[in-house]
Amino acid sequence: MDVLDIIKPENQVFCKTKLMTDTPLSYCPGCGHGTAHNLTMEVIDEMGIAEDTIGVAPVGCSVLAYDFMNIDMTQAAHGRAPAVATAISRCWPEKYVFTYQGDGDLAAIGTAETIHACNRGENIVIIFVNNGIYGMTGGQMAPTTLEGMKSSTSPYGREIATMGSPLKITELIANLPGVYYVTRQAVHTHKHARKAKKAIRKAFENIKLKKGISFVEIVSNCNSGWKMTPNDANIWMEENMFPYFQLGDIKVDGKLK
Amino acid sequence: MKGNEALAEAAIRCGADAYFGYPITPQTEVIEYLMTEQPEKRTGMVVLQAESELAAINMVYGAASTGKRVMTSSSSPGISLKLEGISYLAGAELPAVIVNVVRGGPGLGTIQPSQADYFQSVKGGGHGDYKLYVLAPSSVQEMSDFVEDAFDIAFKYRAPVLILSDGLIGQMMEKVNLKDQKERMSNEELIEKYGSWATTGKTKNRERNIITSLDLQSEKMEARVHRLMKKYEQMEKEDLRYERILCDDAEYLIVAYGSSARISQKAVELAREKGIKVGLLRPITLFPFPKKQLFELADQVKGILSVELNMGQMVEDVRLSVEFKVPVEHFGRTGGIIHTPEEILEALEQKIIK
Repeated sequence: MDVLDIIKPENQVFCKTKLMTDTPLSYCPGCGHGTAHNLTMEVIDEMGIAEDTIGVAPVGCSVLAYDFMNIDMTQAAHGRAPAVATAISRCWPEKYVFTYQGDGDLAAIGTAETIHACNRGENIVIIFVNNGIYGMTGGQMAPTTLEGMKSSTSPYGREIATMGSPLKITELIANLPGVYYVTRQAVHTHKHARKAKKAIRKAFENIKLKKGISFVEIVSNCNSGWKMTPNDANIWMEENMFPYFQLGDIKVDGKLK
Repeated sequence: MKGNEALAEAAIRCGADAYFGYPITPQTEVIEYLMTEQPEKRTGMVVLQAESELAAINMVYGAASTGKRVMTSSSSPGISLKLEGISYLAGAELPAVIVNVVRGGPGLGTIQPSQADYFQSVKGGGHGDYKLYVLAPSSVQEMSDFVEDAFDIAFKYRAPVLILSDGLIGQMMEKVNLKDQKERMSNEELIEKYGSWATTGKTKNRERNIITSLDLQSEKMEARVHRLMKKYEQMEKEDLRYERILCDDAEYLIVAYGSSARISQKAVELAREKGIKVGLLRPITLFPFPKKQLFELADQVKGILSVELNMGQMVEDVRLSVEFKVPVEHFGRTGGIIHTPEEILEALEQKIIK
């Protein structure tokens, strides 16, 4: 049987949504960003809200998210996406406003903007892709880099005594009253991607209901930054990232789990 | 009204859509006034106290990217924090109004008036090849009038505009004629006017709009910078503003802006009472700068004194403008001390007339 015989519409489970452009992704093969982009755009497409959605792109690997997402987007300064989204949402309260940020952007340089947008309970979605490293600049230590994990700025491994502990910003913001929904997901398998999509859907539904902040963390890989093959990176992520950044809902309908 | 209050009221009346700010002396009355007035009820204008100047300027960036008329205000150390965002606004070609009610520096400095942020305002301040259109009010009336003027320029050029005031003008109380209330632009009208670029939600009949200052291809980045430079050239041609006071028969010239211009005007009167023919050229826009006007006046006067509340910043632009045709000297007090008309006249006599 030829491969084209298998790729028939009735056999197709996953495909690129039309809300993704045809621009080739700038991400490394095996990176989770492409899947996270696609799931977000699928949700927006399925909800029929593309005309009313405004996205905010970060600085980092996903700085060019606007090249791939076929919706109106504003690219924010490093870490400031929640402030940018705050203003858009305040000026356009009927719109679906979301930020798409990495761990350096959201949990280091943008910590203040993240915490205060969450504390004000802005009616936005924050999609937070955490791969424990600065990917764009070539694999430096991030606030989420695990203990002992090597990066170009922690070449002997992250040492807690001098570099601090990996920051669980998601648990931190879950404790704020303005935050309505907090969940941690992954996208490296079909099963995980399906769950992540449900979470993203729930988050966008919350905007419609004007519930305040919905925060979806996606623990992802960075095979280039981690210096592994894509498959090894996924295995390493399951064995090392997931025990520290545990998957699952952290706060649902305004109540901590 | 206080200058800061007149500015805040003018923002409401000219139909501004949003204000994002953070308290800092001596401009805190702006956000206090807005919070008390509740423009959300009067016109639907959004007012929000941000967690920092960084957040405030990036809120401005967000609102501006959707075509809204948005303003922020701060004072010197706060403006330093906002410079990253101002550079992004310039790079992404977004219209916005930023107000600096200047206090003395460097560092935490003093809360007293100063004009020591001239360089920061007209020479870029933030990173990259950009300029700000800079309006310098010298009265409470101008604090009020310049808000709408600033928005007009910001939208004419899709560029950030700075109102460079200082603690004296901001805190001073004067009578002021307020303009009538204008209606805020409806979302439908906004989409019709700015839908070609603003991120208001991609409709089926157009391509997606993207607001960014990033061009990874050097050729594209160079083209973007050239586009900015064209705007600045057009500003110099079409939107230069200045005031000539008793310049026609002047033998000596004072150049001063903002509060220094107010005080220098008195010094001109004192000089004329003594029979010294002194004129005052007041740049109202600091960029564009009245270069040609100064160049021409240099053929008429014997010397020029640049009077500033700093240690000599604008004097460099005055010298460049007159191309060393006549002596140009600087007089200024700093640290929050305001010069008196008598001091200015004395400086003119000692440094220029001799």
